[in-house]
Amino acid sequence: MDFLNDPHVLPWLIPAGPLLAFLIITLVTNKAKMVPASDHHEYGGHHPDYDGMKVPVVARYSRVISVAVGMAGVIAALLISWRTLYDASQLHHIGPEVLASGIAWMDAGATTFNMGVLIDPATVIMLVMVPIAVLMIFIYSIGYMAHDPRQARFFALISLFAGAMLTLVVADNILLLFVGWEIMGVCSYMLIGFWFEKESAYKAAIKAFTTTRIADVIMLLGIAYLYSLTGTLSFREIMYNPETLDLLATSAPIIFGGWTVSAASIIGIFLIIGTVGKSAQFPLHVWLPDAMEGPTPVSAMIHAAAMVSAGIFALIRLYPLFAAGGDPHHGILTEPLAFMAVVGAFTALLAATMAVAQNDVKAVLAYSTISQLGFMMAALGIGAYIAAAFHLITHAFFKALLFMAAGSVIHGMEHGEHHVHEHDHASPHPDGETEGGLAHDGGAEHFDPQDMRNMGGLRKTMPVTFWTFLIGGLSLSGLPIITAGFWSKDEILADAWLVLDKYGSGAHGMVFIMLALAAFMTAFYTMRQISLTFGGEPRSDAAKHASLGQGLVSFTMTLPLIILAVFAIGAGFVGVPTDFPVLGPIFSPKYNAFHHLVIEALPLPDATAAYASLPDYHPKAPPFNIVPVATSFIVALLGLWLGYMVYWRKPLKAGQADPMENFLGPLHPILQNRYYLDDVYVAVFVKPSQWLARQVTVFLDRGVIDAFLHLIARVFTWLGDLIKVLNLWLIDGVGDGIPIAIFNFGGWLRRMQSGRVQLYLLLVLAAAVIIGLVLVLSAGAALPL
Amino acid sequence: MELNAISIGFIVFTIFTLGGAIGVVTTRNLFQGTIWLMVSLFGVAGYFVLLSAPFLAAVQVLVYIGAIAILITFAVMLTRSVARIKVRYMRLLPSLIGSLALFLILLLGVTMPIFGAHPPGSIPDYVASTRDLGAALVDENGYVVPFLLASVLLTAAMIGAIFIARDENA
Amino acid sequence: MVPLWMYLAVAAALFAIGVFGVLSRRNAVAILMSVELMLNAVNINLVAFWRYSETGTDLLLNGYVFTAFVLIVAAAEAAVGLAIIITVYRNRRSVIPEEARALKG
Repeated sequence: MDFLNDPHVLPWLIPAGPLLAFLIITLVTNKAKMVPASDHHEYGGHHPDYDGMKVPVVARYSRVISVAVGMAGVIAALLISWRTLYDASQLHHIGPEVLASGIAWMDAGATTFNMGVLIDPATVIMLVMVPIAVLMIFIYSIGYMAHDPRQARFFALISLFAGAMLTLVVADNILLLFVGWEIMGVCSYMLIGFWFEKESAYKAAIKAFTTTRIADVIMLLGIAYLYSLTGTLSFREIMYNPETLDLLATSAPIIFGGWTVSAASIIGIFLIIGTVGKSAQFPLHVWLPDAMEGPTPVSAMIHAAAMVSAGIFALIRLYPLFAAGGDPHHGILTEPLAFMAVVGAFTALLAATMAVAQNDVKAVLAYSTISQLGFMMAALGIGAYIAAAFHLITHAFFKALLFMAAGSVIHGMEHGEHHVHEHDHASPHPDGETEGGLAHDGGAEHFDPQDMRNMGGLRKTMPVTFWTFLIGGLSLSGLPIITAGFWSKDEILADAWLVLDKYGSGAHGMVFIMLALAAFMTAFYTMRQISLTFGGEPRSDAAKHASLGQGLVSFTMTLPLIILAVFAIGAGFVGVPTDFPVLGPIFSPKYNAFHHLVIEALPLPDATAAYASLPDYHPKAPPFNIVPVATSFIVALLGLWLGYMVYWRKPLKAGQADPMENFLGPLHPILQNRYYLDDVYVAVFVKPSQWLARQVTVFLDRGVIDAFLHLIARVFTWLGDLIKVLNLWLIDGVGDGIPIAIFNFGGWLRRMQSGRVQLYLLLVLAAAVIIGLVLVLSAGAALPL
Repeated sequence: MELNAISIGFIVFTIFTLGGAIGVVTTRNLFQGTIWLMVSLFGVAGYFVLLSAPFLAAVQVLVYIGAIAILITFAVMLTRSVARIKVRYMRLLPSLIGSLALFLILLLGVTMPIFGAHPPGSIPDYVASTRDLGAALVDENGYVVPFLLASVLLTAAMIGAIFIARDENA
Repeated sequence: MVPLWMYLAVAAALFAIGVFGVLSRRNAVAILMSVELMLNAVNINLVAFWRYSETGTDLLLNGYVFTAFVLIVAAAEAAVGLAIIITVYRNRRSVIPEEARALKG
């Protein structure tokens, strides 16, 4: 096994563990028995609408195997990642030097298509984040899914999900990246619809799949175009090759040629649209809030470790292509960059406003994810490549933490609800369902454990969850200095301010202002969420008795929270700017570690000097400036303070309306209903296509096609009658004759099949003798005797 | 063919081989037939010695006379109750004619150079050592794959024989 | 020196005798013994050809190794063949192939 010691080959094995786990779990654990869904003790609490159904419950050994194999797979991935990171750190100068190996996968005429793995700085940061986050999610899933009837299926799918994400991370070309990308699409479909008995779940699954699919098709177009122009899809050969970039930036595209855009721009925009779908940016963001219909670990997976991060990661990977032809650090944006800046900034603000009015604990987080992804997208759009990567990493940690903490809350609420039921409390349900804002709010009699209006006071019953949620929330809000979220957000704002200040670029100004506003709202709605969930007094009996219980479930659901909380604070300190007052010299004495590493993912500046169309890919870190830092401080603290004053100091009573409803007035239902965008989509896209389908049925199918078919049928019936007559005397005569002849021949031949082995052998010998004679005689004749 | 040790050996072994073989196909008592078979196989082993392949000769004695012939003896004994078969042969005449025809054609083929020239009469002195055989069997440019396949075949035959001969009532 | 054709002639005779036994004997064990004779005829041929044509170089052991493989196959064949005979005998109280003709057409 010598090749395992080759650091260039080892990355192949990073995705292997989870993928293998998927195979093993799928193949091994298939024994299930059907039990009535009403049997609560068999399958536990959080199963929405199974009433009256029988559900398959996997056998106990299947549960053990699925957990063990799934954990083994992801731990293997983690260990191999660490080994690879160590190998990468041994490189003399990572960036120009990389760990890479490939195989010739397909001969495409004159060129050979290579598949391979690539470890460069962008991969390195992902390999730090993804395996840890995934491992935490797996540990958490052990507890969260412990009583689910389809636990084995869950671990199989989530292993495949993790494997696809790792494939995407280590891929060295866009096609392999796209493969991982699509497998994740399928996994998200199956996991969002994991509880497919529930209508909202399978609808959300279909929505997520079709929405991302639309974007993926366009992305595939971009990939195909890129390949047809350059003849390669390898990241190194395109992104690190100034010649190719220059070619792309200066050649005219085959479409939109009159718009004076370059081929790089068209390809770039196509590829970005893929990310718009995957990372849930406006206008394709609608699937992500619905995606919380899946189990909470899946939400954490989609929102933090895998799916949406993959979109941003792909953009980071392809960034040199987008920037080719412009110079974002001097205020000149190319079309793809401008597109990203506009979409990102707009999405960040839009999603933040929607989050303010949500009552579902997971919905708030879902919108905050969209908003934070908008931050990254906008940062990339203004060329803040490193800041975007930085925010991607910190966000993944604290968003995984937040989702799993929210899952704990939901779990605890369900636990409390069970407790209430079992002790037969005469509990008048608090009215939390009167507004009926959220689609998945059940009937009035159905208790919604995700509704924050039913919570309150959970800090006393679930202290660990409270503190970790608080840490994650503060990191999301960007509480200055101590949280990771502050450092990464601050860097985005600093980058935006730098160019605005120097060159007065409009796009940068827009990004700066919109992101600052979004950051303010982020802080506010986060504080609102924390207050509603944990502050004040319990607003329902379930909240009063909420807890995670004892034992393994409680432990596995708490441990990942604590570990991730460490990262949610600590991850920021790898990227402290060098010239930040006081802290800079402490944490970054020589250079900003994160900046120093990630900048090497881009081509060297001196190599690009010969190509005028290419920007300087190695900008200096933005110098310390008081304006963006002060902005960061102010928006975060102001938002938190406001949320604290409104919600924590005066906690809601049971049944009391949200103060935001008075404050926002008629705007509130608009925000709560996501600006009615989903309804607009239904009206504009879904309904017309359904109408069209119906019209096609009526007119085309029944009117045209059926009539045509009927006519043909008539003709053929008549023809058939004619042929039948012919058949009777001509074909039947011949047709019957041949079988009879064969039958007679067979009857004659069967006498040879005597069953006497030695008789057969005698025939063989006779044949051999005859052949031998022929050979001898013919050869003898040829011989000159 | 001058008369030296090798020629004498050849004649002796030919008598052993062909005599034993004729004994095998003519004897009425199958137990005696087994003994005749051993004689014949021993003659073949003698040929191997003459042909500078002493290891093969040893293997021939071990495997054929030591194992297969014994196995056949067992089979004869196990099926003894019907060994007294009245009619020794059937289709005697066609078999005899066919075998003779085959022998004549083969003889024609090996004595007259009609399938190609005979190799030169003189051959170098050489004795294949067991070491050479072993090296060839495990050499990756040699026969390591057939060798492994043969191992698999033996295993399969062994398992198959046990499986087939197993008494399902026992 | 014994010329090659003499070995070949002896092998041909042995083979023909084996063929005769296979064709004419009634007892399955006797047939199996005759098959062994035929295999031995082949072995003689292989070794003789090897000895008379291939000894120029050390590693050319084709005929030699082939013989070893034939021995292996013969051992396998004998084991399985005798197992079959014993099974047939147990089921039908007969070792005469003529009587085992369930596959008659």
